[in-house]
Amino acid sequence: MTLTVSFQIVPFTAMLTLNIFAIAMIFAMVRLLRGPSLADRVVALDLVAALAVGVIAVYAILTEQPMLLRAGIVVALVIFVGTVAFAMYLEKRAKP
Amino acid sequence: MFFELITCFLLLIGAIFSFIAALGIVRMPDLFTRMQAAAKTGTLGVGCTILAVATFFGDIGVATRAGLVILFLFLTSPIAAHMIARAGYISGVALWSGSVTDEMRDQYDPVTHHLSSEPRKKSDNDSQMLGM
Repeated sequence: MTLTVSFQIVPFTAMLTLNIFAIAMIFAMVRLLRGPSLADRVVALDLVAALAVGVIAVYAILTEQPMLLRAGIVVALVIFVGTVAFAMYLEKRAKP
Repeated sequence: MFFELITCFLLLIGAIFSFIAALGIVRMPDLFTRMQAAAKTGTLGVGCTILAVATFFGDIGVATRAGLVILFLFLTSPIAAHMIARAGYISGVALWSGSVTDEMRDQYDPVTHHLSSEPRKKSDNDSQMLGM
């Protein structure tokens, strides 16, 4: 009895976590579409990418594939470069 | 069983923190408060989730890669948030009307885009005259 429960509890929690991540990503998408300034959108895009890394991690637990963590590393790397490039572009556009 | 319970606990903590980050980015009134909510809380939430991966697999290779992701996130997220906040301030994003202090107002000239480490000369003279 306890064995079956121990086999069930991690996938159940992982599915619950994926649902919470989906709602959070919808909220971040709302700010990405509505943001008054371009900097707001960049912040929202950064949060969406961080949530994507989290979703990849939960999916690695759900499918028991540790190889997926490397995809998370790549997403984190790419989005950091993108955010820094956006920030430098914004700063350069503001200064004449 | 014990490690599975720790995994579930870390997963739930990470999901709740990520949800709070998304809630903050929707509900906060200002670019700077939004950026703070997204950077700090989102990083902690994703870090907890990746720690859950490390405890779930219990393999040293996976744990090393998970630690690498956490280290990278904790290094780059404050830098990215700082650069966006600086770019937003320079490009003239308005602060929230209820903001208490703006420490860059005395040191940044919005016309010439010059950022000095000391307060600008005009306000400096004003404070000296006030001191006299």
